[in-house]
Amino acid sequence: MTPLYTWGAILLIVLASTTGDILMSHVMKQVGDVHSVARNSGFFAVVRRVLGNPLFFVGIAALAVAFYALLFGLSWNDVSLIGPAAAALTFVTNAIAAKIFLHERVDRRRWIAALLIAAGVVLLAV
Amino acid sequence: MTLRKYLVLVSVTICAAVGETLLSRGMKQIGNISLRHLPTVIFAVTNPWVALGILFLLGFFVTYNTALSWADLTYVLPATSLSYVLLAFIARFMLHEEISATRWIGILLISSGVGFVTQGPARTETTEAPGQRTPEAVGTGNKS
Repeated sequence: MTPLYTWGAILLIVLASTTGDILMSHVMKQVGDVHSVARNSGFFAVVRRVLGNPLFFVGIAALAVAFYALLFGLSWNDVSLIGPAAAALTFVTNAIAAKIFLHERVDRRRWIAALLIAAGVVLLAV
Repeated sequence: MTLRKYLVLVSVTICAAVGETLLSRGMKQIGNISLRHLPTVIFAVTNPWVALGILFLLGFFVTYNTALSWADLTYVLPATSLSYVLLAFIARFMLHEEISATRWIGILLISSGVGFVTQGPARTETTEAPGQRTPEAVGTGNKS
């Protein structure tokens, strides 16, 4: 398969998984610490809170797109290229998106970690 | 961070690496999927390796979302990225690939990144200091 297809799949994985990750993180923050919620209100309270949030299903849809893009990609090229390339880019896009949309304090420590890991993931693919 | 929380992060790491390895193996058996034969990708889930891979990825999803309920996305993602190192070791011992010097440097970079982020707070705190959250405060953390 052409590199264009492969990189198209990688781009789709990055966009879809960043969207899914941000939505999931948002939903789980609204649910609250699942250990405490389960201890105080029971396991089904956790399930109700998660499934009761419409954004959860939007997040699932985004992750499903990422998953199928990954399946396509894996059938066209090696996991040692697609996995790391998509993952490395997603580390950077997630850090940016988490700062903008989730208002997480992405301090210098976290930026360095994200960049070190992204670089490491790329080296693993070489 | 309690022992239980570290165990959740370890489960995320293992499930991600094993799941992706199984998926990769299954998709190699299936071979190239043409865009004109889209349904093939739907039936890919009937391949035993892909099915088992999906099972592990479900385990990943549950543990990952559990972690997200008490930690920042920009903490959970780096903290569980040792899965790529694990992926490299699986390739080394199952597929008998050599780990080149470049890959060792990659493993070193990822590990130091993980070390970096796990030294810091797991969550952006708005009212309390890190690690000072009471169970009651956590249980009612349903702010919107």
